[in-house]
Amino acid sequence: MIDAPLLSINDLSVSYAIGNERARAVDGLSLTLGAGQRLGIVGESGSGKSTLALALMRLHKPPAMIDSGQILLGGTDILRLDQGALRKFRWSEVALIPQGAMNALNPVIKVREQMADTIRAHRRDMSARDINKRIDELLVRVGLSTSVAGLYPHELSGGMKQRVCIALAIVLEPKLIIADEPTSALDVVVQRVVIETLKDVQAQIGAAMIMIGHDMGLMAQSVDHLAVMYAGRLVDQAPIREFFRRPLHPYSQLLISSLPSPDETRPLAGIPGMQPSLLDLPAGCAFHPRCPLVQPICREVMPPLETVEPHRRVACHVVAEAYNVRA
Amino acid sequence: MSAPDLLNLEGVTVTFGGGIHKAPFVALEDLSLSIPTGAPEIIAVAGESGSGKTTLGRVILGLTKPVRGRVAFDGADIWATGAVHSRGYLRSVQAVFQDPFSVFNPFYPVEHLLRAPLKMFGIARGRAEQDERITTALRQVGLKPEQVVGRYPHQLSGGQRQRIVVARALMLRPRLIVADEPVSMIDASLRANVLENLRALRDEHGISILYITHDLATARQVSNRLYVLYRGRAVEIGAAGDVIGAPKHPYTQLLMSSIPRPDPDAPWPAEHVRKGEIGTSDRAACVFLDRCPHRMPICAKQPPDFMLGDGRAVSCYLYSDGRSETAAA
Ligand SMILES: Nc1ncnc2c1ncn2[C@@H]1O[C@H](COP(=O)(O)OP(=O)(O)OP(=O)(O)O)[C@@H](O)[C@H]1O
Ligand SMILES: Nc1ncnc2c1ncn2[C@@H]1O[C@H](COP(=O)(O)OP(=O)(O)OP(=O)(O)O)[C@@H](O)[C@H]1O
Ligand SMILES: [Mg+2]
Ligand SMILES: [Mg+2]
Repeated sequence: MIDAPLLSINDLSVSYAIGNERARAVDGLSLTLGAGQRLGIVGESGSGKSTLALALMRLHKPPAMIDSGQILLGGTDILRLDQGALRKFRWSEVALIPQGAMNALNPVIKVREQMADTIRAHRRDMSARDINKRIDELLVRVGLSTSVAGLYPHELSGGMKQRVCIALAIVLEPKLIIADEPTSALDVVVQRVVIETLKDVQAQIGAAMIMIGHDMGLMAQSVDHLAVMYAGRLVDQAPIREFFRRPLHPYSQLLISSLPSPDETRPLAGIPGMQPSLLDLPAGCAFHPRCPLVQPICREVMPPLETVEPHRRVACHVVAEAYNVRA
Repeated sequence: MSAPDLLNLEGVTVTFGGGIHKAPFVALEDLSLSIPTGAPEIIAVAGESGSGKTTLGRVILGLTKPVRGRVAFDGADIWATGAVHSRGYLRSVQAVFQDPFSVFNPFYPVEHLLRAPLKMFGIARGRAEQDERITTALRQVGLKPEQVVGRYPHQLSGGQRQRIVVARALMLRPRLIVADEPVSMIDASLRANVLENLRALRDEHGISILYITHDLATARQVSNRLYVLYRGRAVEIGAAGDVIGAPKHPYTQLLMSSIPRPDPDAPWPAEHVRKGEIGTSDRAACVFLDRCPHRMPICAKQPPDFMLGDGRAVSCYLYSDGRSETAAA
């Protein structure tokens, strides 16, 4: 028997109203995540990753709107929760470390107070002493000295602030942790500590994790599966080893080949062409104007996301053809 | 006489706080750096978070005044001459700030950030000329004008905002750019494009760039020299390829071995450092002392910079044998 997945997203679409138009920032996205699994999401800037993260928490604000779809977490239909249930659900069931979280810290309140507020909001039963103990423990967990609790956010470096935010997210030991670029402000040494901490906490409490980011090296070291978004759509999904060994989607292939190496000096290769505007998407496959493998069909028909191998899904006519998925 | 350096920092020290009973916190200590005129360079600055990279950038931008040391631009001490407050300095030295969320005023459409300086510095006269400059700069960072014009900051993604800040610096054609983590939120494929732009600024327009980054792989690709900072001190300096290819300082070695390789089968090597407390070090000793796997009794004294030739300097007693020390000691 197969356990029901912890998270299942079905055909989710989220759009922003811009003037009279709607920009689909997340378009018909489906995926599942098992308990304890770690999924990485990568994609160009503006491809909808943060929008997806916010929608999963229902933290999206107008003009963003969930157009359709379903999000099930541990059997709960998130899109149907009323406000009260939703508030309980956030942080305790699923926690988000938002992109740029460190700037969301209140500059005039000391770290200890901010952390205590969050804990108190959810754990009314905890004594002040236990709260302080918990704060110290959380700070140490993310590699900070407990003296940081007595400082104001402006006295911390960017990296230290980001770690405070991570400590905040794990306060209630949620089932799912969504981390939106959790370490893009950190040096590689601390980054490693933080990622390993996140992985440890996640493993200890059996939480699943969605990690959004740009650092392919970090993804290689921290997630089991990788999903690639392009212009709001999921275009590639694979187990991490397979992804690096043999990227399938042409965008993924270019992404891998554009990685700079610390071991040698060579020209940086980008992906030619510009990313499409969501308000004016090309017909067919959104990647076709930049794709080195483009075929006539790509200009007309949007390729569906198809399973080409166990656990591998790709939205590309050329790949599907090679695998002969379509009769 | 040769022309004065474009930028010359000498023994710059920055501290925060402190009082009668509390020693001030040293964010940057005795840092020297110079960029010659007429030989534009990209200097990468890497190091632990909290090591003083942004502080160094702010010193160069004239936003933070050092408590000791001298900051000279075109040979003139910017604080002594008051040049730091001049419009000329504001334009000559441009910033791409670390945090693309904080620089935007939420009440203005994003192109305001691009149009305002064009007006302020009288770079483009008519609206049409301004538009043209803005469009060109946006395209250079891979944005289409229609993705940006008329939008407010919250309507853009993190990476899009970051690229707008880079576009602004490109547009103003300053003489020096302080780029603080300009590509941390951009994926690899676009990052290459943005960094190529920085490189073109140096090669085609003679603009020098201080490139503050955590990404040593890109530092290796685009920069000439690399400064590695640790707790406010430069612990290793040299040609970027040399330092990254064969790191000498134990901290630089740790930094290199911590880079996550884009290969699931090449995991992080076992850590070989002691776990240190953050910000608790004794400033009279080597700043890396509490975490160093090679520590020796002599390390209780802060090591000077040992010159290894070829512009390479390492602040570590492991390299004291038969090497000359710099005067800074
Ligand atoms: N409030 C908003 N109003 C209108 N459009 C928006 C709004 N917020 C985001 N967008 C647009 O939605 C798209 C997706 O944005 P999102 O922040 O999800 O991207 P992302 O993949 O997280 O990018 P990054 O990697 O740069 O953080 C972008 O094109 C962005 O311009
Ligand atoms: N205004 C301030 N008041 C007090 N301390 C400060 C102030 N600004 C910076 N600091 C301290 O100075 C140190 C250096 O900070 P800085 O921002 O330069 O680090 P950084 O190397 O840029 O770090 P990151 O990589 O995290 O951005 C930090 O320990 C920080 O807490
Ligand atoms: Mg984002
Ligand atoms: Mg900084």
